[in-house]
Amino acid sequence: MTNQEKYNKAFMTALEITEGQLSGLKYQEIEAWDSVGHMGLVAALEDAFDIMMDTDDIIDLSSYEKGMEILSREEYGIVF
Amino acid sequence: MGLLDGKVCLVTGASRGIGAATARRFAEEGAVVYANVRRPKNLDAYFEELSVHCPGTAKALYFDVREGDAAKQAVMEIRREQGRLDVLVNNAGVMKDAVIGMVSAGLVREMYDTNLWGGVNMLQLASKLMMRQGSGSIINLCSIVGMEGNAGQTAYSASKGAVAAMTKTAAKELAPYGIRVNAVAPGMIDTDMYRSIGEERMRAQIAKIGLGRLGTPEEVADAVLFLAADLSRYVTGEILGVNGGASI
Repeated sequence: MTNQEKYNKAFMTALEITEGQLSGLKYQEIEAWDSVGHMGLVAALEDAFDIMMDTDDIIDLSSYEKGMEILSREEYGIVF
Repeated sequence: MGLLDGKVCLVTGASRGIGAATARRFAEEGAVVYANVRRPKNLDAYFEELSVHCPGTAKALYFDVREGDAAKQAVMEIRREQGRLDVLVNNAGVMKDAVIGMVSAGLVREMYDTNLWGGVNMLQLASKLMMRQGSGSIINLCSIVGMEGNAGQTAYSASKGAVAAMTKTAAKELAPYGIRVNAVAPGMIDTDMYRSIGEERMRAQIAKIGLGRLGTPEEVADAVLFLAADLSRYVTGEILGVNGGASI
């Protein structure tokens, strides 16, 4: 599974959405992505990539695209 | 059969006093103990010896609870080795006294940085693992002075009062995930930290203890054990005083 596939799967599983809903998806735009859903999403991403996200990055994770930007940083080193 | 058989436990501030007694007590009850110490010291041999003489195991983890990255790496190490974390004991703390006119901003920050922020940092990291497994017990070390106040301890007592408030809030927020959060509030306990107040103040304070003596770190560790084990499975958001009937 590619990193992109892992990333998408984490979103789809944690938020119970389809692949077609991913692009442009923003925090609190859908009912499932509330603050509780957010922590579930973070857990799914951490499990998928064997990382622990910093609190600042968890707060900063405001959209599907922003998440990829954060995980691409040197400290996580995920290549999409 | 131990009370913590196979439970993975992290005890912060475990080099001496209440933290060391708690790490030992947990290992005696069959736990897999990760004993945090701030400065790298050669405590590996001490904890290895615990593993030999107790049903459980103990291992030193050297990091500062205030430092986000170091604490994160430590929790990741536990996750990689054990896949779970069942118990966190937030014991690491500092105590410095000053009368009100001599309380500096630096002193307040120092007390809050370790006693509150260090605990919140560990709570965040530990609860992330515990949420996934749907269970866990977190025990914060408060103090009798955080509940009742004490002359000369404005900064310290405020930081410990904040730990009590944090405990109650975290208990409410984490209960839906099956995570219990409680605190132990020791009174006058015979530790190096307590003895730093001096002989004269110690004598005056012991006179105010109902049971007429200082408590021991082991007696506090027994209370922490109760909150860590399933014996307290329906207890959350509580501050358990361990003070021999002291008034201050």
